Amino acid sequence: MATAGPVLQEHGRSGQWRGRLLRGLLIGTAVLFLGLMLLVPLATVFAGALARGIGFYREALIDPDALAAMRLTLVTTALVVPLNTLFGIAAAWAIARFSFRGKNVLTTLIDMPFAISPVIAGLGYVLLFGAGGWFGAWLEERDVPVIFALPGIVLATLFVTFPYVARELIPLMQMLGTEEEEAAISLGAGGWTIFFRVTLPKIQWGVIYGVILCNARAMGEFGAVAVVSGHIRGLTTTVPLQVEILYNEYNAVAAFALASVLSLLAVVTLVLKTTIEWRTGLRGRH
Amino acid sequence: MVGRSGHGGWRLREPSVLPGFSLAFGYTVLYLSLIVLLPMAALVVSAASAPLGQVLATLAEPRVLAALRLSFGAALLAASINAVFGLIVAWVLTRYDFPGRRVLDALIDLPFALPTAVSGIALVTVFAETGLVGQWLAGLGIRVAYTWAGVTVALVLIGIPFVVRTLQPALMALDPALEEAAASLGARRWQTFLRVTLPAITPALLTGFTLAFARGVGEYGSVIFIAGNLPMHTEIMPLLIIIKLEQFDYTGAAVLGLLMLVLSFVMLLVINLLQAWQRRRLGLVA
Repeated sequence: MATAGPVLQEHGRSGQWRGRLLRGLLIGTAVLFLGLMLLVPLATVFAGALARGIGFYREALIDPDALAAMRLTLVTTALVVPLNTLFGIAAAWAIARFSFRGKNVLTTLIDMPFAISPVIAGLGYVLLFGAGGWFGAWLEERDVPVIFALPGIVLATLFVTFPYVARELIPLMQMLGTEEEEAAISLGAGGWTIFFRVTLPKIQWGVIYGVILCNARAMGEFGAVAVVSGHIRGLTTTVPLQVEILYNEYNAVAAFALASVLSLLAVVTLVLKTTIEWRTGLRGRH
Repeated sequence: MVGRSGHGGWRLREPSVLPGFSLAFGYTVLYLSLIVLLPMAALVVSAASAPLGQVLATLAEPRVLAALRLSFGAALLAASINAVFGLIVAWVLTRYDFPGRRVLDALIDLPFALPTAVSGIALVTVFAETGLVGQWLAGLGIRVAYTWAGVTVALVLIGIPFVVRTLQPALMALDPALEEAAASLGARRWQTFLRVTLPAITPALLTGFTLAFARGVGEYGSVIFIAGNLPMHTEIMPLLIIIKLEQFDYTGAAVLGLLMLVLSFVMLLVINLLQAWQRRRLGLVA
């Protein structure tokens, strides 16, 4: 392309200068946008938490209501994450290892909680187990509290974090294929042996990745839990709800102190998530 | 795709040498039904069994109409802002190398990891008239906190990762030879972008836009603090559902919940159609 040479060159010289300007402009815009929308709010949390000094910060964190909220959040997460992990593995085994009717419908239904407002998730459980709900009277007779109690909080959190592990594992297991499992079968291995010795080692990073995301969402869930919790201080208040209560009582510093714990958790989550992505070549698909 | 055995009988799945289908499939369906489908069924039945007059009266409440307008309007505006800035961010992260790029890339997922209540109280602090950004905007006569603009700002924050994370793989998958060919044929930078790059990433951009929009419509935690929740002005739909529940108007809450559920599914359907149309169009062009 002899004729294109000089044209390209001229295009190139002024283009190079303009290219550099454009590059700087675009990087500047991106940094400014993310700085304003993400970094400034994050920094505000920590600045707000320490606004009255380290002593006040410490006291806000060891306040009995704050400790009760942390305990409730930890108990809820300890129940939710293993249940949804078990489900994610089962769902991925069924969907990625077998062909069956209605597979697409099942996959869509598993993703559904991502498309539904957390408030609507909570509402669904209130309509089931609340005072006027389907099983409300039955539960009340037997004195089993669900709504405004731990079971309701666990159920609402299960709903919003439902797809996290399954969503990581289904595409991963589809990509890995079934050859190694079939080889193990031909060598006489049983189902559980195949799962623990062949499949699990292959998907372990996918499981850990899903668990990290599920854990972060479970500890931070607000909307769904707000509907079913009843906001009983020291009893049914998770850490995010306690943040709301403190903030609405004009105790912003204590609210930010608790929020800073959740923010640290978020930062740790991001670091772990990014490390796993770099180490394994896994990439978030959200 | 499956289901017919060699003898013409109906089968749920195709034969496989791997074990564990019944257990994995059965557990998946049971768990999905209990955690996700049952509460959604309660919502649908509760709303559908309400007298038509009550349903219409609920939907015609001026407060409901105002909340619908705000929820959908602000989510639409926020998703549009994210489409523009998200494209710039995704472009910068995939096309340029600069110090801090990886940190910036990891930061994109902060809205997923940060509990919504935390981003909520942080945003209202930043954008209040005494806040870091708010006082500067107040000087220009712009009020953000406790207005529809504040709702939009919160939804922009929540939507960032949806647009960026959907665009990044599309930009990376783009064959650089196409853009180089356009440039060598004398196309200017903006011509190459508009005629070559943009059409190729439009499906991803539309998907990210709709995901951000759908999430914005249902978002609760990060919005309610900065919204101020003034009836008729800054009340969002999810808040209105919670208000109905607090007034023990279960039917009203279920009607609003079902309306939002249906609208989210319509949005997901629209994006699927858009994507299919886009794929067909690209297929014809290529």
